[in-house]
Amino acid sequence: MSGGNKTANTEPWGGFDDNPVQGSGSAVIDMENMDDTSGSSFEDMGEMHQRMTEEEEEVAAEAEAPEEETGDDGEFLGMKGIKGQLGRQVADEVWQAGKREASKAFNLYANIDILRPYFDVEPVQVRSRLIESMIPVRTITFPQKVAGELYGPMMLVFTLVAILLHGMKTSQTIIREGTLMGTAIGTCFGYWLGVSSFVYFLAYLVNSQITLLQILSLLGYGLFGHCVVLFITYNIHFHFLFYGLWLLVGGLSTLRMVAVLLSRTVGQTPRLVICGSLAALHMLFLLYLHFTYHKMVEGILDTLEGVNALPIQRVARDVPELASAAVNATLQTLGVMLQIRQSPA
Amino acid sequence: MAEADGSSRPFAGLSDVSISEDIPVEGDISMPTISSSQDDGFSTLDEPVKDTVLRDLKAVGNKFVHVLYPKKSKALLRDWDLWGPLLLCVTLALLLQGGSVDSKDDGGPQFAEVFVIIWFGSVIITLNSKLLGGTISFFQSLCVLGYCIMPLTVAMVVCRIVLLGSSGTVSFAVRLVVVSASFGWSTFASTAFLADSQPQNRKALVVYPVFLFYFVIGWMILTFAPAQ
Repeated sequence: MSGGNKTANTEPWGGFDDNPVQGSGSAVIDMENMDDTSGSSFEDMGEMHQRMTEEEEEVAAEAEAPEEETGDDGEFLGMKGIKGQLGRQVADEVWQAGKREASKAFNLYANIDILRPYFDVEPVQVRSRLIESMIPVRTITFPQKVAGELYGPMMLVFTLVAILLHGMKTSQTIIREGTLMGTAIGTCFGYWLGVSSFVYFLAYLVNSQITLLQILSLLGYGLFGHCVVLFITYNIHFHFLFYGLWLLVGGLSTLRMVAVLLSRTVGQTPRLVICGSLAALHMLFLLYLHFTYHKMVEGILDTLEGVNALPIQRVARDVPELASAAVNATLQTLGVMLQIRQSPA
Repeated sequence: MAEADGSSRPFAGLSDVSISEDIPVEGDISMPTISSSQDDGFSTLDEPVKDTVLRDLKAVGNKFVHVLYPKKSKALLRDWDLWGPLLLCVTLALLLQGGSVDSKDDGGPQFAEVFVIIWFGSVIITLNSKLLGGTISFFQSLCVLGYCIMPLTVAMVVCRIVLLGSSGTVSFAVRLVVVSASFGWSTFASTAFLADSQPQNRKALVVYPVFLFYFVIGWMILTFAPAQ
């Protein structure tokens, strides 16, 4: 490149003709380099990016160089200079767009290759991990092993999506401004990724010996209990059955995760913080999923949205006594508070 | 160089043309035209549009037969197309359109939902099989999964007809049997086509999402009830 600049300086005429060609020449060279590195590894990206920026700087330097020389030949070569600049600009834009596309495709391809090790499992392993997700291990003196694998969690999340769809349909849930499918996918993936990142953040705070991948795998396999419980209770509507399964199956899968986290955290308070928040989130999520998309929702929706009823008319609701008692208590409290506030006035 | 020669001797270029070395070049030029005219029996540029459409439809119909009778054939994999999947997907979505959970805003999400489930699901299954180390290409897998929806589309048509008659326990039983059979058929057919491209020990891992995918579609068909 510097050689090109030298020739441009010695021969003012050649500068206009040579530079665009050199620009495209450097583009070709760079594309070839990209192809070479694409096979090797992802660590080359930084180096490649650095090289790209260097190339860009050189192109910019070349673009500036001829403009200094237009003083002598500006009148003579006016048209040619404009043409050359235009051509250079177009070539530059094309080159930029091409580079963007190429690096995007390159990123996608590299990402698939990067993910491949996490899907490297055998059916037997998946089966044993599913069973182990229900068996809490009591050894907390040394760190328990956690497999960093994403096939099982992904499939469990998709299964949970399908079960949620089923629950939404049978409970005749109506979702405005969205589809059932989108809501189900958003809920499941949101829980999995969101809670994993949250727990990872907590683990970072309390200095636990666990990676994000291990948390993703652990929490994903923990969803197996949810799948089982929800699949049964969306079809068999007994509240006692649900509470039993919630405590038994959900509790077992939560205990398993808590045991793993206990074995990888040191100190009483850190253990309490991280295990308590994970257990609460996990158990409450199951409760939420069950009661949000349960048949009980019908009555409330009818009341709230007034499909068939007049606004003030009273509608019999199919709400269990616990919930209605809670509502009554809240109303009473509100009433008492209002009375208290009114009494001084 | 040639220009310098030409400027010194004005007629030198003409004498160059007539040199006998050019004759093999003519032969070379005529060779591609002969070969292209041999290929021309296959040219589709000047045939009627009807022939083109009919040939494509015949190809699609041929693949339908492959799905209905899933023997180990590479035809569905070798020349893949997405016309059949699109046709089946749109048909299924339109048939599911009439009934809706909410009778007020009829069907709007339903069509989109079916469409998204089918394409998104196929893409997920394909990515999964790629990640598990399958050797099938992206669009081949999409093609196979899309064509294998056909038994379920047929089941949807049957369900529609059954629902025209009555909507009691008997019709539910009939629909259950039909949908279960077509669900099994879809899974079996797609497995027969896809399993060869997978590592031997991981077939179960690839089949599970396929199973889930067709199960969701089959369940949607089974729970379909037309709007009153």
